Amino acid sequence: MGGAFWALLKRDMLLAFRRRADWLNPLVFFVIVVTLFPLGIGPDPGLLRDIAPGVLWVAALLATLLALDGLFRSDFDDGSLEQLLLSPQPLSVLVLAKVLAHWLVTGLPLLLLSPLLAVVMQLQVVAIPVLLVSLLVGTLTLSLVGAIGAALTVGLQRGGVLLALLVLPLFIPVLIFGSSSVIAAASGFAVDAQLYLLGALFLLALVLAPPAIAAALRISTE
Amino acid sequence: MFQWFHRLAASKNFYRLAEILGPLFGVLGAILLTLGVYRGLFVAPTDYEQGESYRIIYVHVPSAWMSMFVYMVMAFCSALFLIWKMKLADIIAEVSAPMGAAFTFLALATGSLWGKPMWGTWWEWDARLTSELILLFLYIGYMALRASIDNRGSAARAAAILALVGVVNIPIIHYSVEWWNTLHQPASITKFDTPSIHISMLVPLLMMALGFTFFYFTNMLSRARSVILEREANNNWVKDRFRENRL
Amino acid sequence: MLLAQDLAVFRGEHCVFAGLGFELRSGEVLQLHGDNGSGKTTLLRALCTLLPLEQGTISWRGSALPGARAQYFSEMIYSGHSEAIKSDLSPRENLIAGAALRGSDSIDIDAIIERVGLSDKAELSCRSLSAGQRRRVTLARLLTSHTALWVLDEPLTSLDVHGRALVEALIVEHAKQGGSVIYTTHQPLSLDGCDVRSLKIGL
Repeated sequence: MGGAFWALLKRDMLLAFRRRADWLNPLVFFVIVVTLFPLGIGPDPGLLRDIAPGVLWVAALLATLLALDGLFRSDFDDGSLEQLLLSPQPLSVLVLAKVLAHWLVTGLPLLLLSPLLAVVMQLQVVAIPVLLVSLLVGTLTLSLVGAIGAALTVGLQRGGVLLALLVLPLFIPVLIFGSSSVIAAASGFAVDAQLYLLGALFLLALVLAPPAIAAALRISTE
Repeated sequence: MFQWFHRLAASKNFYRLAEILGPLFGVLGAILLTLGVYRGLFVAPTDYEQGESYRIIYVHVPSAWMSMFVYMVMAFCSALFLIWKMKLADIIAEVSAPMGAAFTFLALATGSLWGKPMWGTWWEWDARLTSELILLFLYIGYMALRASIDNRGSAARAAAILALVGVVNIPIIHYSVEWWNTLHQPASITKFDTPSIHISMLVPLLMMALGFTFFYFTNMLSRARSVILEREANNNWVKDRFRENRL
Repeated sequence: MLLAQDLAVFRGEHCVFAGLGFELRSGEVLQLHGDNGSGKTTLLRALCTLLPLEQGTISWRGSALPGARAQYFSEMIYSGHSEAIKSDLSPRENLIAGAALRGSDSIDIDAIIERVGLSDKAELSCRSLSAGQRRRVTLARLLTSHTALWVLDEPLTSLDVHGRALVEALIVEHAKQGGSVIYTTHQPLSLDGCDVRSLKIGL
């Protein structure tokens, strides 16, 4: 079981390195969306500082959503998904490997880039570690929850817009706790509550999402 | 018990039951709604703080309750459908979704109308209104997913999974939004708190709520009947009834 | 080994086939006949549990399927219309990933690649292979795990004469070792020394 998990993780990482657009595009999207806010609102540093946590979190959430559409798409198109479903290994474990690989190539770069954008948005430096931790736990949760939507829509033409419609409402709790942790950190308040709640959401998603993703994939390949 | 359940789940038997219960619930609902509207709008006393405008709760609160109740019905039926492959449960979930969305929209619209005299604005980011808005998104997503999948069996199963994912998320969304609200507006008074509503106001409210529930069941049963007819158009019992003009 | 009883599959309200049954024993080869659209692929996908059955049961070694799924999947392999090959990976990388997914290790990938005649292409990206060569990669996948049942949908697609001889040889060899094969094809295969039965689908 572990062998199949690592083999799938390795295969997907290898594929991502050979197809850079898959992980570069969401990253560039993240940067551009954040850049739009000063241009749309004005360069006032105080104003930017106030909205920075929300803007960074919403942009990260949208970038995650954008990347999610491709999570199962190529496997579905070339028939690899059927082979995945017919594997003797538990499907929940295999989809976990796919989601993890997907997060490593899309979520992790997002995370690493976020301090830079935080500086651009004039966010207080003390809040940056909290931003990183909240994005780490938060984007993992978003990937897990979003993968359910990606699995449900993978068989559909133009599934991308529908995917957004299905999963964005489910992203709201993560957004609330994530951005409020950064707001609290920027104002010098304690952030334990928010981070614990984010952690709880992550654990819940880790347990409940894989079976739902597996069931959804079986339906989408019918 | 289980056998009885299965026999009921056969479309033909359910159809017959729906033919009897639908009109019955319709009459009960009409009586309750008439009584409720009369007592709510004319008999119940004027609120000393909000004046007459509070009377919108007689539509707003039952709609909000129904918007949640219908989602619960949908999720319960989805579970029945996924576990026991009960097609009837899928039909009930399918026809309930647009009604749930309509109740949610009504709750939002009346909440917004109420906001104008209360706060002087059409939209207030109140926790319950926000949760209600997100619930509307969930309903729309459910219907959109169902509409996008051509194969009916796949559409039903995919929608059922989405409904179950949604029902797990609803409490999480609800509490996170409430938490968000108290964080950002610590001093605001939540208008929907009705801890000590007077009995003369409460009775019409409960009548309206029960009336809404009967209205939902009447409407749901008649929609379910037409879906059953559509799906079973090739079965003999439908053909017989059609010939005898008893649809 | 594989027992199918009274199978019926629906597409929406449309019945693709109904009342279909057969038994496949160890060492037997079953060819599915039928016109285009008669439901051959549908039957194969249903046998792999990729499609839900409206009615009927499939049993593997005496136990009914949804329950015995894990054991069934470890003993069967499906090769469908789509190649299930990653264009950005080489044949070798594809086969290694495929074998790991099936939980089989300690297999000689090089020997398998040689068997299907791709030795000189093993390290190239699959994008640069021809359709017939890609089909050979899917044939190689059959050999990466020791499965009892092969389910093959049109295995001859895009193959030349040599490729066709390879498919025939692989099937005969598999049957001789006690394996069974279910396949569809529009061109007759000459499977000497094999117990070939055929099943006609379509109303």
